[in-house]
Amino acid sequence: MSDVAKTLSVEEQANYEKLSNVIDLYSGKEGCLIQVLHAAQEIFGYLPYEVQKYVADNMGFSVSYVSSVSSFYSFFSTTPRTKHEVKVCLGTACYVKGGKLLIEKLQEVLGIGVGEATPDNLFSIHVTRCVGACGLAPVVVVDEEVFKQVKPADIPGILDQYRGE
Amino acid sequence: MRVNDVNDLKLIAERYNAEMGKYEHTIYVCGGGGCISSKCQDTKDFVDSYIKEQGLSDKVNVVFTGCMGTCAMGPVVLVEPERVYYVHVTPERAKEIIDRQIIGGEIIEEYTFFDKNLGKHIPHIDDIPFFAEQVQIVLKKCGKIPFDSIEAYIAKGGFTAEAKAFGMTQQQIIDEVTASGLRGRGGAGFPTGIKWSAGMKAQGDNKCIVCNADEGDPGAFMDRSAIEGDPFCLIEGMTIGGYAIGAKNGYVYCRAEYPVAVERFNKALDIAREWGLLGKNILGSGFDFDIELRIGAGAFVCGEETALMNSIQGERGEPRQKPPFPFESGLFGLPTIINNVETYYNIAEIINRGADWFASYGVGRSKGTKVFALAGDVVNTGIVEVPMGMTLRKLIYEIGGGITDGKNFKAAQMGGPSGGCITEKNLDTSVDYESLTALGAIMGSGGLIVMSEDTCMVDTARFFMQFIQDESCGKCTPCRIGTKRMLEILERITEGKGKLEDLDTLTELSNTIKDTAMCGLGQTAPNPVLSTLANFRDEYEAHITGKTCPAHVCAALAHYYIVPEKCKGCTLCARNCPVQCISGKVKEPHVIDQDKCIKCGACMANCKFGAVVKK
Repeated sequence: MSDVAKTLSVEEQANYEKLSNVIDLYSGKEGCLIQVLHAAQEIFGYLPYEVQKYVADNMGFSVSYVSSVSSFYSFFSTTPRTKHEVKVCLGTACYVKGGKLLIEKLQEVLGIGVGEATPDNLFSIHVTRCVGACGLAPVVVVDEEVFKQVKPADIPGILDQYRGE
Repeated sequence: MRVNDVNDLKLIAERYNAEMGKYEHTIYVCGGGGCISSKCQDTKDFVDSYIKEQGLSDKVNVVFTGCMGTCAMGPVVLVEPERVYYVHVTPERAKEIIDRQIIGGEIIEEYTFFDKNLGKHIPHIDDIPFFAEQVQIVLKKCGKIPFDSIEAYIAKGGFTAEAKAFGMTQQQIIDEVTASGLRGRGGAGFPTGIKWSAGMKAQGDNKCIVCNADEGDPGAFMDRSAIEGDPFCLIEGMTIGGYAIGAKNGYVYCRAEYPVAVERFNKALDIAREWGLLGKNILGSGFDFDIELRIGAGAFVCGEETALMNSIQGERGEPRQKPPFPFESGLFGLPTIINNVETYYNIAEIINRGADWFASYGVGRSKGTKVFALAGDVVNTGIVEVPMGMTLRKLIYEIGGGITDGKNFKAAQMGGPSGGCITEKNLDTSVDYESLTALGAIMGSGGLIVMSEDTCMVDTARFFMQFIQDESCGKCTPCRIGTKRMLEILERITEGKGKLEDLDTLTELSNTIKDTAMCGLGQTAPNPVLSTLANFRDEYEAHITGKTCPAHVCAALAHYYIVPEKCKGCTLCARNCPVQCISGKVKEPHVIDQDKCIKCGACMANCKFGAVVKK
């Protein structure tokens, strides 16, 4: 870390410190790379190359190995997150109950495609795997909050709750 | 506090029950996944503070429980001792319930469960068909106790099975589980006793026992509900399993999409350690055992047991070639036994009440009960547990309350992307492993999606193939490339560009992938296509030769028309049409130019008279 430390902001240094503590915490246990990556993403918001390199160097892996694991799992992202993530569930129940229409409406309202971010970096649209709220299908998840039995017409109202916070 | 033996368990239970006996009323607020999304936390917080404010804290106990079952009606609340079941309980309704029932002694019928079939409210939970027809072994305590109280769990008989098991030999436990007829609830249905026996006989000082809580099938949320509502039961089941096979380490692999389950289970692990129910010398038996929770990171293939073990090891979740089987060389190369969440939830009851009692439920080689997640076009969506052998008709119409909006039933999809569909003519089939397999469906892990006449089966098959395509890990060719070709064909058909030969190609590809893919994901991936082809071939043909989608789902094959008799000539549709393909004068019926129409549906969405129809 020493060679990059000079260019880091105070906040970034604090984040690396936190990550270092997490790695220490798992040091005695076998096979904890995924758990460490979860923590790293929690701390930094995403997993840029520098963070993956830090994890690799401090856990005794090559960067390519860490990258092979992080790129395998859909939960890990190598690009920064938008302020709010709008996730439409396309599990079977949500699909049958019209989840596809919700994606179309979202794309229309926000003017972006799935996986893209709005220019102001406020929203991005994602398709998520089944969130286990099938009894309430179709659902839209904004950050951690689940909206149930959503109709396309509800979309603008849901988004408005997250504007101008 | 540390629990040292069976007497301590008795004392804790007695003390807890005595304490609960002081209260005149108990208000159970459901804290299951569905109710959380319906903001039950607000209701719970309100009830807590209002009870305090009214000076009722000594008389009324407020309990935050796991899932009660009727997930679309949340937040739900049960009031005891009257056993009145209230639905959609907002803080405002909760205030009324406390004022009128708890203080006033009156049951507010209009807030209780409404049975759409009978057309009336049913206040008492035991009279509601949704609950009355169920047999709960797995969910015995889920929704009935505070999920974070080990004392409540002990008071309901918790950990007594574990204490009993410690007095038995490993072989005796395995014999009991074998005799019960319990089979793996993850879907494949392998007899649990036989698996455990192999685990016990495996050589090695160190062995692992693993719980597969990577409930990835879209449409399944049973395991999530069980862990969130009754986490200690999983600890007890796994400890008994660990003792039986001689494992000191347990791992639970839970998917990252279930943060509530992760939080509650981790907390339960901490509490169990504090009380000496995990760790060294549990209940004075001399047996050391602990469990660690590992979180997945969003990969469906990790539900496959060998991929799951790789993921626990912190690697890419790619499956391993079998043999060696996990019981020979599994997690970290150690002999490993891996079972599904629901399987472990049966263990304590089997040990406590005996194999014969368990085997008295069910039919043929399918014993006990099965938990289903009812979802889709069914009135009562939620979690239900029924004895094996119940007919699908009873499950969907009596417990599920039938199809929503008075529509006709079309199919029940079971087993998710590995499963198949059951049609109207087979609704009287018994729900058991063998009968469902004979119909080309599978028991699966318990996701049961009910589909009405508005569902296009070709589109459904395409949906599952898309899912498999996204989730194929890419390690073996049949799954990586074969499912891609199948998806392309299905997309072509839903866009009206299919050929009849495509159906033969689909069948051929399906059979090849089934025979040659490396793991369960690939081997079962063609099932939704084969099942819909067998049951709904006419629908495929309608897409191909008739260029129509009978259910009006496939956008490319839909046509919008304006019914002249209903059109008032308001011009709203024409003004909203993005391609100006609607013509007509004011106050005269309008017409859509089919050649120009891009099938966006804006006209239909904007018409106030229901004059635009989709055919």
